[in-house]
Amino acid sequence: MQQQSELIHFIFGRLTWDAIPFHVPILVYTFIVVAILGAALLGTITWMGKWGYLWREWFTSIDHKKIGIMYIVLGIIMMLRGFSDAIMMRLQQAMAFGGSMGYLPPEHYDQIFTAHGVIMIFFVAMPLVVGLMNFVMPLQIGARDVAFPFLNNFSFWMTVAGAILVMISLFVGEFARTGWLAYPPLSGIAYSPDAGVDYYIWSLQIAGIGTLLSGVNMVVTIIKMRAPGMTLMKMPIFTWTALCTNVLIVAAFPVLTAVLVLLSLDRYVGTNFFTNDFGGNAMMYVNLIWIWGHPEVYILILPVFGVYSEVVSTFSGKSLFGYTSMVYATVVITILSYLVWLHHFFTMGSGASVNSFFGITTMIISIPTGAKMFNWLFTMYRGRVDFDVPMLWTMGFMFTFIIGGMTGVLLAVPPADFELHNSLFLVAHFHNVIIGGVLFGLFAGINYWFPKAIGFRLDPFWGKVSFWFWLSGFWFAFMPLYVLGLMGVTRRLSHFDDPSLQIWFQIAAFGAALIFLGILAFLVQIFVSIRRRESLRDHSGDIWGGRTLEWSTSSPPPDYNFAFTPLVHDLDAWADMKRRGYQRPLQGFIPIHMPKNTGAGVILAGLSMICGFAMIWHIWWLAIAAFAGVIGGVIIHTFNYHRDFHLSADEVARVEGERSRLLAQQS
Amino acid sequence: MSTHATDTLNAPPAQGFYLTSEHHPENGTMLGFWIYLMSDCLVFAVLFAMYAVLGRNYAAGPGPRALFELPTVLLNTSMLLLSSITYGFAMLEMARNRTGATLAWLAITGCFGAAFVGLELTEFAHFIHEGAGPQRSAFLSSFFTLVGTHGLHVTFGIIWLVTLMVQVTKHGLIPENRRRLSCLSLFWHFLDVVWIGVFTFVYLMGMLR
Repeated sequence: MQQQSELIHFIFGRLTWDAIPFHVPILVYTFIVVAILGAALLGTITWMGKWGYLWREWFTSIDHKKIGIMYIVLGIIMMLRGFSDAIMMRLQQAMAFGGSMGYLPPEHYDQIFTAHGVIMIFFVAMPLVVGLMNFVMPLQIGARDVAFPFLNNFSFWMTVAGAILVMISLFVGEFARTGWLAYPPLSGIAYSPDAGVDYYIWSLQIAGIGTLLSGVNMVVTIIKMRAPGMTLMKMPIFTWTALCTNVLIVAAFPVLTAVLVLLSLDRYVGTNFFTNDFGGNAMMYVNLIWIWGHPEVYILILPVFGVYSEVVSTFSGKSLFGYTSMVYATVVITILSYLVWLHHFFTMGSGASVNSFFGITTMIISIPTGAKMFNWLFTMYRGRVDFDVPMLWTMGFMFTFIIGGMTGVLLAVPPADFELHNSLFLVAHFHNVIIGGVLFGLFAGINYWFPKAIGFRLDPFWGKVSFWFWLSGFWFAFMPLYVLGLMGVTRRLSHFDDPSLQIWFQIAAFGAALIFLGILAFLVQIFVSIRRRESLRDHSGDIWGGRTLEWSTSSPPPDYNFAFTPLVHDLDAWADMKRRGYQRPLQGFIPIHMPKNTGAGVILAGLSMICGFAMIWHIWWLAIAAFAGVIGGVIIHTFNYHRDFHLSADEVARVEGERSRLLAQQS
Repeated sequence: MSTHATDTLNAPPAQGFYLTSEHHPENGTMLGFWIYLMSDCLVFAVLFAMYAVLGRNYAAGPGPRALFELPTVLLNTSMLLLSSITYGFAMLEMARNRTGATLAWLAITGCFGAAFVGLELTEFAHFIHEGAGPQRSAFLSSFFTLVGTHGLHVTFGIIWLVTLMVQVTKHGLIPENRRRLSCLSLFWHFLDVVWIGVFTFVYLMGMLR
């Protein structure tokens, strides 16, 4: 008997039937719904016989366009999960007053706000931003693909592996109850002995490696693969912001990797980095995680500043106002983002001088950001503004983000921060800049580049419905939190005593309901657009009258992007080509050098995920085996020297001929 | 010279819209690997910072003077420095297109690397045996992690080196293998530079306390 239980412990580590939350009805119902939907989806794919197609054309694809689209699909799916968490919290806080404890027990509520933050940053905002960069940037610089196409596929699947681990935590074990940055000593083994923090560590670690490699990939792509003639100051502004963001990724994510390793060592090996005893220092964790964390928020916002710039100039029908100042503003923000991390914990007690330094650097960031805002306004000034969906999102952003920026400067004042630290005012501020900045920009970008990626545009009516629900929902949901924060209400509470506060939480819950309708309208928009795709189709490849190179090729672009590599003479290369009477080449095609698809990325990321899961549940043999598998897999992959092929000139001629036929049909 | 060549390549003909020949951007592997190395450098920067902050928190346990034995560390350091020199010889032989000599120098490099890792593990075992394991104090936690991370890198470098030796034996000094050997060369010398930091800040300055 004893021997048998030892054997079971060896095989399954600390994973037992107790880890499955049968006793939590909400989770059981969720699991049933997810299982039914999942089975329906998998069944449909099997029934339609699409597994081979998905595997060959998508999962193993090293085409940056397909990888970009897969990133965006991942981000949208995870947004549904992250938003479910959000609306559960809003409901709980609107209900749990005085005698009523709401419907969520505190330990469940704590997991929800942790999961919400982690998912929204790492598995919604990051995949959407990285996906947009992946799809758009190589097209904008006139390249055939990224510098390391296989690495790109691997990075994507590592992000998926991290996302799957977070999702598994919903039904096997529990997630962290520590808040989205898992501060020790709470996240240490003494106060969080269960698997929650380990899920947190391994999902971020695995996804973080993917993000880091993707950052290296994009920087090299932008530096080395621009079309001839595209000097740095002729690069489209979105590519500039992508460059700065990826430099930030490369310079920030190693710090996250290192600090998570240190936390893991504390939890697994018993070291004393962040413990209360034996000389550990928990504030080192807080410093290091914010040295990653602050650049992270700029990693998210810079590319969407690029999106707004592209959208404003396209939909105002003129070139961007102050291109040079926009580039310098972006670079200045990139540098400053490393000099402000301490403003996240002025209350640490580092003294007046240190706090003043970080307060001032933080306030200085508002100068380049303000410059950007004026550039967008002056681009619209005397332009012929077309109020299509991407432009609506951009204008909604301008109104909303300004408020978030101003409350940010307010929080940068250390004495004010001492009052507002850890309050709902802070929660309102960062949702103000992340929803009103990042998310609005992502919706603008998705609406803007969807026709390029898929070949037909998204339905404008439902796009506008979604926009107005999101915008009004945002204001209803977060302005009350500013008020509550100023009254001193702290964040992360699952129950309140003072009944006079309840009305504000009810208004916020109403706002969340509006946002829910906005998300619903977005899904309807996609559905309706697919139904009506023939009437929304665009064969010209240049649906908005764009200004940059991605609009010079067909929609969707062919695998090789451009039959001939474009020559760049001016900023806004495609606008320049149109002005000079460009004619599409119809003959003289040459074979094109292309990378081959490979399943190695899926396999290696799958093994990494298994390794992470085994580490979470202390299944040591499996962790060792999976890790050895990853190393072995990488080595085997390097023995493959035949990674590319030539697409024949005839094939290029066939694809281009097909496009000529469609163009003739449309005109 | 090379800048000039790039400039002429980047300057497009006055009116042309596109290249009529295939565009061959410069291979980005070396740049990419440099960027990766710099990100790895940041990992070490974090570990050095941890050591700088926690390195004096002995928690009533042993400190550097009681633990470190400089002669062993000197031997260890010379192993790693020699391995860097021998890797340099391998690269010189690669430039002369001599496969056999390249492989021989790589093998010697690997042996020096293995000796370094072996000595380090002996040192670790000795410390743990004396009750000075990574759990004993924050000083020892940060010491073991910093030095151990470096040792782990050397270990992966050795695995990579063996893989490359097999590939060079199989395919010869083809351009792909030359590029890979250059990447490993960067990696190997980078670890050397990091070790000089470890040797100075951890061992030498530790003995001065």
